[in-house]
Amino acid sequence: MRFTRAAVVATAAALTLGLTACGGDKTESGDTGTSKSFAAGSTMEKLNKAQSIKVGTKFDQPGFGLKGLSGKPEGFDVEVAKIIVKELGIPADKIEFVETPSKVREDVIVNGNVDFVVATYTINDKRKERIAFAGPYYEAGQNILVKADEATITGPDAFKAGDKKVCSVTGSTPGENIKTYVKDVATQLVLFDTYDKCVAALDGGQVNAVTTDNVILLGYIAKNEGKYKLAGDNFTKEPYGIGVKLDDKDFRTFINDTLEKAYADGSWKKAWDDTAGKFGAELGTAPAVNRY
Amino acid sequence: MTQQTVLYDVPGPRQRRLTLIISILATILVAAGAYFLIYQPLDEKGQLSMELWGPLIDPSNENFTLVWQRIWVGIENTLIAAGLAIVTSLVIGTLLAVLRLQLKSIAGNRYAGFSSPVAYLLRGLGTGLAVLTRVCVEVFRGLPVVITIFFVARGFPEFGITLDTLWYLVIGLTVYNGVVIAEILRSGMEGLPSGQREAAVAIGLSPLQTTGLILLPQAFRIMLPALISQLVVVLKDTSLGFIISYEETLNIGKQIIGVLSNPIQVYFVIAVLFILVNYSLSKLAQYVQKRLARGRKTANLPAQNPPPAALVSQAEGAGGP
Amino acid sequence: MSVWVDKFDVFAGGFWLTFQICVLAATGALILGAVVAVLRISPVPPLRAVGTAYVTIFRNMPLTVVMFFSAFALPALGSNADFLRIPVLDLVFTRLSTDLPYFRFALIALTLYTAAFVCEALRSGVNAVSPGQAEAARSLGLTFTQNLRYVVLPQSWKASIVPLGSVIIAMIKNSALIGFFGVVGDLSATADQLTGAEGYAFIPVAIGISIGYLIMTVPLGALLDRIERRQAVAAR
Repeated sequence: MRFTRAAVVATAAALTLGLTACGGDKTESGDTGTSKSFAAGSTMEKLNKAQSIKVGTKFDQPGFGLKGLSGKPEGFDVEVAKIIVKELGIPADKIEFVETPSKVREDVIVNGNVDFVVATYTINDKRKERIAFAGPYYEAGQNILVKADEATITGPDAFKAGDKKVCSVTGSTPGENIKTYVKDVATQLVLFDTYDKCVAALDGGQVNAVTTDNVILLGYIAKNEGKYKLAGDNFTKEPYGIGVKLDDKDFRTFINDTLEKAYADGSWKKAWDDTAGKFGAELGTAPAVNRY
Repeated sequence: MTQQTVLYDVPGPRQRRLTLIISILATILVAAGAYFLIYQPLDEKGQLSMELWGPLIDPSNENFTLVWQRIWVGIENTLIAAGLAIVTSLVIGTLLAVLRLQLKSIAGNRYAGFSSPVAYLLRGLGTGLAVLTRVCVEVFRGLPVVITIFFVARGFPEFGITLDTLWYLVIGLTVYNGVVIAEILRSGMEGLPSGQREAAVAIGLSPLQTTGLILLPQAFRIMLPALISQLVVVLKDTSLGFIISYEETLNIGKQIIGVLSNPIQVYFVIAVLFILVNYSLSKLAQYVQKRLARGRKTANLPAQNPPPAALVSQAEGAGGP
Repeated sequence: MSVWVDKFDVFAGGFWLTFQICVLAATGALILGAVVAVLRISPVPPLRAVGTAYVTIFRNMPLTVVMFFSAFALPALGSNADFLRIPVLDLVFTRLSTDLPYFRFALIALTLYTAAFVCEALRSGVNAVSPGQAEAARSLGLTFTQNLRYVVLPQSWKASIVPLGSVIIAMIKNSALIGFFGVVGDLSATADQLTGAEGYAFIPVAIGISIGYLIMTVPLGALLDRIERRQAVAAR
């Protein structure tokens, strides 16, 4: 009972706040910390009081979360995180970004190492057993990157014959997905710790294809003009969500509200255009958040 | 060197000429091989272009300062992790070595002064601890450091202990290197002439005093080169931090590669950095070894080769990734 | 704990792959290490320099870096390490001849890296042979090769065996890195796969993996301890 009431209060608070913040944004740049009021005892209030936040993201995904030479991560995920943090009334320079590679994302949330995770994080049921997702804020799909002159690979079924080799990343969803298509893992699948290495292997001819979410692949196509192409259409749907603690429904609702607000006021699209949008990937229409 | 010169005669004029000719031929061959097998293919693939090398070696490149700032951050982190790991390993290693030696010395104790159940209990406890430490040593020495670090980083949070990745790395390295150092010291202490211990007992020192005042200092001295080699191992092993996303030199290199797409060049620079630092460390080890050998001679102690175990630990230590 | 039963084949497969690369790399490293050791003590200065440079470079580089160069610089040099597709061997070690070269690359890296330590172990053995032996051989008129072949090496072998064993143990442990360089399904990658992608509980998987490595390293270590103690007794 208490739980649901708290949720209602929080939602109401967040909604009213969203409205007031909308007006306030134009006058103040949002860079200074503001002590917004949140429901007592909620995660939002705690974070706002602390005026610091830890966000998990990737440091090696061009366009989404890539730690640049400045030492700061840049990308769509990072921008989305900033939108949410701003809504919490915390200045952007108080965010501590923590590198969360695919295989540790659930752990860092459960263990409380970070407050939330935005890291090309596909929403799926198995993960929902341990953590909760806000969003999705973007819908990607798994695809295959091949050399521009490749004619035989047109989709994942090309790996069933057993002679084409494919590369992906350890512990990632695409790496697991592709296992159902390859005939023999030992002779056809290569797993590295970053996609850079996969692309290097494709370049050197050790593998015939690299597979992961289309947006990441588009980044490599944009970087090396005319060298690579996508083989066919996306063969999965990968809705990217924001990972929070399993029982923190208030915080999840707050993030969902923030996302919807960002869809409406254009900051979501701007975040995209400044980052992954440069690679020529389609943003599409805003995916409806899933409040389960 | 002395050993090597014994293997063959000092070359005469004919031999020297022959050697010279062979040397020149070998040099030409190596140079030609390097040119045709390494330089040409790399050049053809454009791996030698300034576009890829510039950010690393050309100070006028726009990214030069940024890249080296990042690399410096990596070096700092590497040194911090290595420094902490070596200190904790030394402490743990010393304690473990002393503990194992003490347990060994009380293993035969029958506790004649106590009533029989208490005596049995004490004996059981002593043996149990001895077995436990032995098992710990064997297990941690037999596991890959990659696995230990991974286990620490994944296992600690399972028990509700969350720390910075730095500490996961340090603990992971300590678990392995502490055990190795303990073995180095133990074999050093056991390799000492038995007269040392007997003399200490004779003047009425307790077992702990014997170890602390007589055996341990000598073991440290004899084993110092092996201990410094272990430093090299720790330094190299910090590169495994990338597994748990610790930002050491290699991990930073990976990030730079993500931006500049010049993997071979970045790794080349990192390899050179590691070789420079580790090479100086091993030179230091050699220097210390020589000084010690000289010191021993002047002190007129029995000239004593380090026991075989010292060689073992040196080799094993040096084998870390 | 059910993971041990359910996924026994995964553990066993991982163990088998790790075992394969260890056997191959140990053989390669012993041969290459012996060659480098001979270079290092040879009378020809450039050869000595090559040997010394080799040991200096590979001993002071992290294995991760060696692995990287093997997996990415070799292809840049235009090689897929096809010379390792050894006809009869590949019947047992099936990964040698797959189209995917990463097993071969990992093998090369592990061999190159370990050979530097093998060389040092052999050299420490040569140094342990009393100089009088070599001197006596020389005064008999034996050449450098004969000296090594008939007098020094047979004796140094004894002193080298314990350090060599330690090098091999270290190599087995180092092989845990191959999973990060494109070789799918070795023992350490199994841990990643089972706990990460398949969501098994961490502790049982950790124990299973540990047992896999300890099966290889502990008996070898115990054997070395035995040999070492025997030698120590014999020396007294």
